[in-house]
Amino acid sequence: MSETILPPIGMLAELTHRCPLQCVYCSNPVELLKANREMPTEAWVSLFEQAADLGVLQIHLSGGEPTLRPDLEVMIEALSRRGVYTNLITAGVGIAEGRIEAMADAGLDHVQISFQGAFAPTTEKIGNNRGSHEKKMETARRVRAAGLPLTINAPVHRHNMDEVPDFIELALELDAERLEIANVQYAGWALLNRNALMPDREAVEREVEVVRRAQEELYGILTVDFVTPDYFAIYPKPCMGGWARDAFMVAPDGTVLPCHAAGTIPNLVFDRFGDRSLSEIWHGSPAFNAFRGTEWMAEPCRGCERKEIDWGGCRCQAMAIAGNAAATDPACIKSPLHARMAALIEEAMASDKDTFHYRRISGPVPTHQLEPAS
Amino acid sequence: MRPQRERAVVSANSMPALKPHVRLQYDPVRGAWALLSPEKVFWPDEVSLDILRLCDGKHTVTQILEELAGQYEAPVEEIAADVEAFMQEWSDRFLVTL
Repeated sequence: MSETILPPIGMLAELTHRCPLQCVYCSNPVELLKANREMPTEAWVSLFEQAADLGVLQIHLSGGEPTLRPDLEVMIEALSRRGVYTNLITAGVGIAEGRIEAMADAGLDHVQISFQGAFAPTTEKIGNNRGSHEKKMETARRVRAAGLPLTINAPVHRHNMDEVPDFIELALELDAERLEIANVQYAGWALLNRNALMPDREAVEREVEVVRRAQEELYGILTVDFVTPDYFAIYPKPCMGGWARDAFMVAPDGTVLPCHAAGTIPNLVFDRFGDRSLSEIWHGSPAFNAFRGTEWMAEPCRGCERKEIDWGGCRCQAMAIAGNAAATDPACIKSPLHARMAALIEEAMASDKDTFHYRRISGPVPTHQLEPAS
Repeated sequence: MRPQRERAVVSANSMPALKPHVRLQYDPVRGAWALLSPEKVFWPDEVSLDILRLCDGKHTVTQILEELAGQYEAPVEEIAADVEAFMQEWSDRFLVTL
């Protein structure tokens, strides 16, 4: 490994896989961990201390639903003491009275709430949870009342893409600073549900135009960030800002991974925090070093002028579509397999869009959606 | 239903301040100052740092310009446009209130 390893800036902590919602686009692995596999408070706090020592400046507290951990305030306090910026990523459903305020007091810096739809029927259908939309609205209001800055995260796909203008209105109504229009990334449960979630090309074109106009008109009023739809793209995303380059994630049981879906790459062995220190894992784990920097690249990445822009794209997408984690991400127009993306869109268009595999800890069971996708 | 929100525009009387959940913090690991904000970390250069440190909600833009003109031994007219452009950009990125 000849590349210089810089300290990590960001860490995504998936504190639990438990969640009140069953979103079909969830990025968690299909094999979810039960509560008895979760690290105890002291292990998380010790991991956070090591992360701060290593140079992590921002920690995203996520899941599953992180507020299902009753010790979340303790973790926030420990991070806050170290000056680490804390971002709570929540579904905003079922958060007990006074909890947001307690987290704010513990030093929480920012909250991101996901909305599955801009309207209640869509939110309820995608997350399979009745009443969830109103609860999210209430959580958002409590977040703002506690003086915390708010991001609305809208994972977008075939069943809610036409609601993008309404997501923008919703973000303004809830006094969010930032709105993330995030086209679903096909990993984990989303990959399992790809055929049901894939939008058509015209809808994507309308979406891109709506977002472009909003970014212009709302400049300085609402930040609208756009996570582009890979399957319709010309160039891949710099997934995680490059494999093990400045960020990593930790699963509920303490397994340290370069990204959400890294576990889908065969032959990579991931260490658990506790068996090795975080510093040892960051610097020495063969899995972290496997795709670090640019040395691992083959053509067309190796000679590409964009190799330090997109870092070859997403390794897990290369695995899922090219069958080889070291291949160029097929989202890239320079990939010899780029045409597979269009073929997969076609396949999805010919499939039943209403067969959902709802996210469940017991594993996937297909459910036919009877309600229209209005 | 949408609350009227308008873009803040910098003026001579603005009193810029870092937003409550934006922190300017020294990072001992990298030996550099970091500006921490929701989901983003910025690495301000020396000039930006000097301006950011004066964004304390107590100085008007006019006073900040005078202070910086002293520090950099440059006439206010020469630095005003750049400094105001910085502040406008930081306001648009929700880092600073005006």
